[in-house]
Amino acid sequence: MNKKVDFENRRILGSKHLKIGETSRYHKDQVYTDPHEIFFEAETKPSFVTGSEVIRDALKRASLDCFVAYPITPQSEAAALVGELFAEGYLGEYFRGESEFAVMGQCAGASFGGARTSTTTAGPGTMRAMENFPMWAGSRLPIQITVTCRGINSPLSIQPDTLEIYYLLETGMMVWHAESAQDLFDFILKGIIVAEQPDVHVPIAVCCDGFFVTHTKDTVNLPPEHMVLPPYDPYRSPVPCMDMECPPVRMMRDPFIMKSNYIHYATHASWQQEVHAAVDRSRKHANAILDGLIETENLDCEILLVSSGTAVSQGREAIRLLGKEGIDVGLVKIKTLRPFPKEEVLEATKNAKHIIVPEFNVTGWMAREIKSIIPNNERVMEGPHVCGGMTMPSEVIVEEIKKHLGLAKKSD
Amino acid sequence: MKDRLNIRISGLGGQGAVTAAHLLAMAANREGLYSISNPFFGAEKRMAPAESYVRIGPERIYDRGELVYPDVIMIFHPQVITMQKSYTAPFYDGVKRDGVIIINTTVDLLTEEDHQRLEANNNTVYHCDATGMALEIGGTELSTNMAMIGACAGLTNVLGLESMEAALQERFGKKYVASGGTASLDEAIKKKYAKKEMLLKANMETIVESYGRARKWAEENNLVMAAV
Repeated sequence: MNKKVDFENRRILGSKHLKIGETSRYHKDQVYTDPHEIFFEAETKPSFVTGSEVIRDALKRASLDCFVAYPITPQSEAAALVGELFAEGYLGEYFRGESEFAVMGQCAGASFGGARTSTTTAGPGTMRAMENFPMWAGSRLPIQITVTCRGINSPLSIQPDTLEIYYLLETGMMVWHAESAQDLFDFILKGIIVAEQPDVHVPIAVCCDGFFVTHTKDTVNLPPEHMVLPPYDPYRSPVPCMDMECPPVRMMRDPFIMKSNYIHYATHASWQQEVHAAVDRSRKHANAILDGLIETENLDCEILLVSSGTAVSQGREAIRLLGKEGIDVGLVKIKTLRPFPKEEVLEATKNAKHIIVPEFNVTGWMAREIKSIIPNNERVMEGPHVCGGMTMPSEVIVEEIKKHLGLAKKSD
Repeated sequence: MKDRLNIRISGLGGQGAVTAAHLLAMAANREGLYSISNPFFGAEKRMAPAESYVRIGPERIYDRGELVYPDVIMIFHPQVITMQKSYTAPFYDGVKRDGVIIINTTVDLLTEEDHQRLEANNNTVYHCDATGMALEIGGTELSTNMAMIGACAGLTNVLGLESMEAALQERFGKKYVASGGTASLDEAIKKKYAKKEMLLKANMETIVESYGRARKWAEENNLVMAAV
């Protein structure tokens, strides 16, 4: 398992280009602050806000150079709120794209140019933009994208559904899944810091479940508004600006895409491996900054509930209900989907007899991910899962677990 | 209060069902309770079904999404019942035993079978003339949601008027960015008053009136929702 890194002694600083203590270049009331101080030392204040407002509140503290907006439910409110931030002078650039595909291209341009860049999208927008995500990763652009998951299929649905996350898993981006508005706030800011590490330097998708997080008012603890992340330092990029003419290794004059010789194949193959290795290298940073890639409760129970996102929240309520009936259930919350916390999940589930995986999608991709890495994977109960925007009441999880254990009739 | 008070609001687009849920949750938050509110709707259009949910409790709440087993159901518009404009059928499906149903109506909209089923489940039905109060006191039917949350607070006795007023101030007293549909309705209601303070005052008076009527009715009918 990855060893935890002592965050205190691994300060994100180190470059002379960073300007801790200086006034932000965008807003005179904001001061570049050591991320360690923002995340772990600053006094926080509880605020009762929606997830959309939290995206704004996070980006307000992100020293963002560029944000590109395009409306699609359920992220439209967040994109509009970030526009308000721009009007108030909290970020460098803000503009609207023509479509999600164009937006992601514009983000790439801004990031290639050395700007800390962010955007938000959802559902069909994520799918439309898909070609750009491996392009971002292959170009090593540390773009932050917030994905507010919703249905992607026809007939059209704007309701929460996590199927789109599955499509993001092998793009070469880091993919983190927020359970709550608090997670969303933390993951956006912490994700930027991890993504910009020289040994990582890949894009980060922070996913949350649409409506269940974006449109839900919940209590979130926020650090002071004047504390902002130090600005992005493009000189810490591990690669020069890359395009067809300037590939990761310099060995030819004709476009890189041509099959001129063996070294082309070798370069493509090794570069793909390098991108995925970069995601893997993010483990040590994420481990320190997120306090582990997973969160666990009562691992000594025979029954464990394992999932990510708001399926975990519904699970927590189900665990409470089952506890009242004398059935003890433990919990594993997976925070990072890429890199997947393989060692951690293996360790956490080693003694479990039943592994329950509730999900908000039709295919049950999380159950598959878990089954693919643990021994005796018949222990995994795939589900319950709901899809198409349906809610998963905790009572349903309770019933399904009871059926699985033979405590309730199958015909119930 | 017991572990959880679950409130399901079924209304039509434009009636402020989402705002009502936010206000109740904000008021609960001010009372020092935990609360979560979230909406559920399709395309944002007038008269389309729109639901919102509020969960209130003494301990941290994780549960979210559609409220399948509510303690309180609020029906903002007769069409929710008469034209089945809700996400559950019938509209009271899943209501908990001893739960309360508040309907914005002056006439009985339920069938004999509905009455029998609700009675068997020991549910109370409270008719609230919310639109009437909104027009009379608020000066606009856009205040219907205010009368409804007033009735909810009056019957459940979990939220006080002071915290309701504070929530109202927070929602309408300062700049608020919402979706296009909500923003245009906010503008529409603000235009009905010369000053923002008048809007707040009229809405608060609507809440107080409805709260008073509901409280009185609850006492007369020995409804003890505070135990919820």
